[in-house]
Amino acid sequence: MKKVFQSEWMSRLVDALLPVFATLAALLIGAVMLLFLQVNPIQAYAALWNGAFGSVNAFAETLVKATPLLLVALGICISFRGDVINIGGEGQMIVGAILATWVGLTFTESPGWLVITLAMLGGFLGGAIWGGIPGLLKAYFNVNEILSTVMMNAIAVQLMNFLLRGPMIDPSQAQLASKIPQTARLLDIFHLPRLVPTRLHLGALIAVVLAVLVYILLWRTVLGYRIRAVGQNPHASRYAGIKVPRYVVLALLFSGAFAGLAGAVQVYGVNYRMITDGSASGFTGSAGFNGIVAALFGQLHPIWSIPASILFGALLVGANSMQRAVQVPSALITALNGLVVVFVVSSEIWRRRRQRRRLAAVGEGEASSRPRPPQVTAEEAKR
Amino acid sequence: MIADLFTTTVLIGILASGIRLATPYLYAAIGETFGQKSGVLNLGVEGQMLLGCFAAFYVALTSGNLWLGVLAAMIVGALMGLAMAFVTVNLRAQQGISGIGFYLFGLGMSDLLFQKLMGTVETVKGFPKIYIPGLSDIPGLGEIFFSQNILVYGAYLLVPLAWFVLNKTTLGLKIRSVGENPDAADSLGVSVARIRYFTIILGGTLSGLAGASLSIALLNVFQQNMTSGLGFIAVALVYFGAWKPAGVLGGALLFSMVNSLQLWIQVLGIPIPSDIAVMMPYVLTILVLVATVSRVRAPSALTKPFERED
Repeated sequence: MKKVFQSEWMSRLVDALLPVFATLAALLIGAVMLLFLQVNPIQAYAALWNGAFGSVNAFAETLVKATPLLLVALGICISFRGDVINIGGEGQMIVGAILATWVGLTFTESPGWLVITLAMLGGFLGGAIWGGIPGLLKAYFNVNEILSTVMMNAIAVQLMNFLLRGPMIDPSQAQLASKIPQTARLLDIFHLPRLVPTRLHLGALIAVVLAVLVYILLWRTVLGYRIRAVGQNPHASRYAGIKVPRYVVLALLFSGAFAGLAGAVQVYGVNYRMITDGSASGFTGSAGFNGIVAALFGQLHPIWSIPASILFGALLVGANSMQRAVQVPSALITALNGLVVVFVVSSEIWRRRRQRRRLAAVGEGEASSRPRPPQVTAEEAKR
Repeated sequence: MIADLFTTTVLIGILASGIRLATPYLYAAIGETFGQKSGVLNLGVEGQMLLGCFAAFYVALTSGNLWLGVLAAMIVGALMGLAMAFVTVNLRAQQGISGIGFYLFGLGMSDLLFQKLMGTVETVKGFPKIYIPGLSDIPGLGEIFFSQNILVYGAYLLVPLAWFVLNKTTLGLKIRSVGENPDAADSLGVSVARIRYFTIILGGTLSGLAGASLSIALLNVFQQNMTSGLGFIAVALVYFGAWKPAGVLGGALLFSMVNSLQLWIQVLGIPIPSDIAVMMPYVLTILVLVATVSRVRAPSALTKPFERED
């Protein structure tokens, strides 16, 4: 009996470490690529490490970069758990940021705390709308959400460009020939307060608190339970009386809301205005995609998404230092992020295999004494 | 100024560039159709296209041979397809997400190689127009249909070819059966794995070709992220076209015509904000997806990894 327990413990540990192996494998391939580029990989990775963790400021910068990743990742945890693939993080961030920025530029007479609160809610709402539309389309018109969220990204980019070049343009830019697409700067009292004398801002703390709340939402509330039930088995859920379309919409709506909040936090905590170069990543820094990577890495668990986001924040910040130190474009890190995703989803097969073996071992050995892993059954789902 | 749109010259211009702009969509979406027909959703098309764009451009630039560029793009696309096939068929990984991984890889890799190997934006002399004797002299129609470059003609020839292979050959039957009912296909001795490897690699090859058509036949430059979502739209076109080559053709034409109209509106200086005009094709795609998707059924095994029950 003890042996069964030990091997189970071991295999769970291996499961938890799979993403780490995936990252190491990607970095190893990155090292080979660096060699081809005639760059010493040790030197490059040392620069990356120092850029991300080398000083208090560097680490603060890593956390600043990790904050939008974590917020997007929290949304991804909700939607992917509900078996809804939300690729629309970029667009949801943008629309959330637009609403939040509008709040700050409109209510200039109001107290700071009120505007910040309203702006964060505005971000939440904007993202919820932009995620909710594909949710409705999937639930009631059977439109594949992967496609609609991608389209919504493209629409959001154009909406942003239109607003930032037109109605919302910084009045001082409007007079210049360059016409950089950006809004006016937010009043100083509307900035998210900084935590320590670095660029680290309150948004990071908000994100961590929300991670705990999303955990509670998913595993301690009926709403979260039903979203997961629909994700695991829509047919059983339907028989159990769950209105499946409603939870599909809610999963995408919440997912979008967190991405929208990430956009708002980016404006109020980092840029203090909305600015772009005409592309989505010009504003988001691709956080809408990298947040998916972080969530997958955190095994779609809100709490595990925290270290995962820090890791990818570190890679992004470190990539810039690497670029400066050894002249390797930071695009290398984008490519490696892609490999991490591929490796993580590929390694799932071993996790599933071990899970099956664990279940078999439990079934033979001590079926009576050991509780079965929770499975969503029709009976339970009725609650 | 609106009246300018309706002069014969402008209308012919809009139609001719619409026909031309459909090219990359056609290659990529026809390739994706094969994959989806066999039950595999490849979301990495955008990444395959970007690497194809770069490979074609770089090889054409350095060797001076456009066909070598096309070949390089197809090989790069095929290799990406091979990797995708291994991950989705052998490792049974979640298709949508691994596709995003391949997209990010292609995005980063093409950017990295561009910065390291070229550094600055350059141009090549792309494939020249081929005037089809006789036909190209027809007023209007000649300019629209018969004065295009070789890769444009190729894309349109691919449509009936794909229809024929999918519907009239044993291979096509196998592809469709693997996508509809892999268990039955397997029990009849069709290798699900081999068919899916074939369709995914074919899809990658065509995505690479789509990239080449963009960088050395239509735009004749390479820039970072130059596809800007084109590959994702190609995937949408497969749904849009209800998994039929003719439907894909219709979707690609609709999309490229609206795009072409939008470009001409900007050229003519018609006072519609260009950002709003650029938005239109995407809005249109969503609307058409709403109108059509609920009526057609996707291949039953789409996105489902195959595992023998024993």
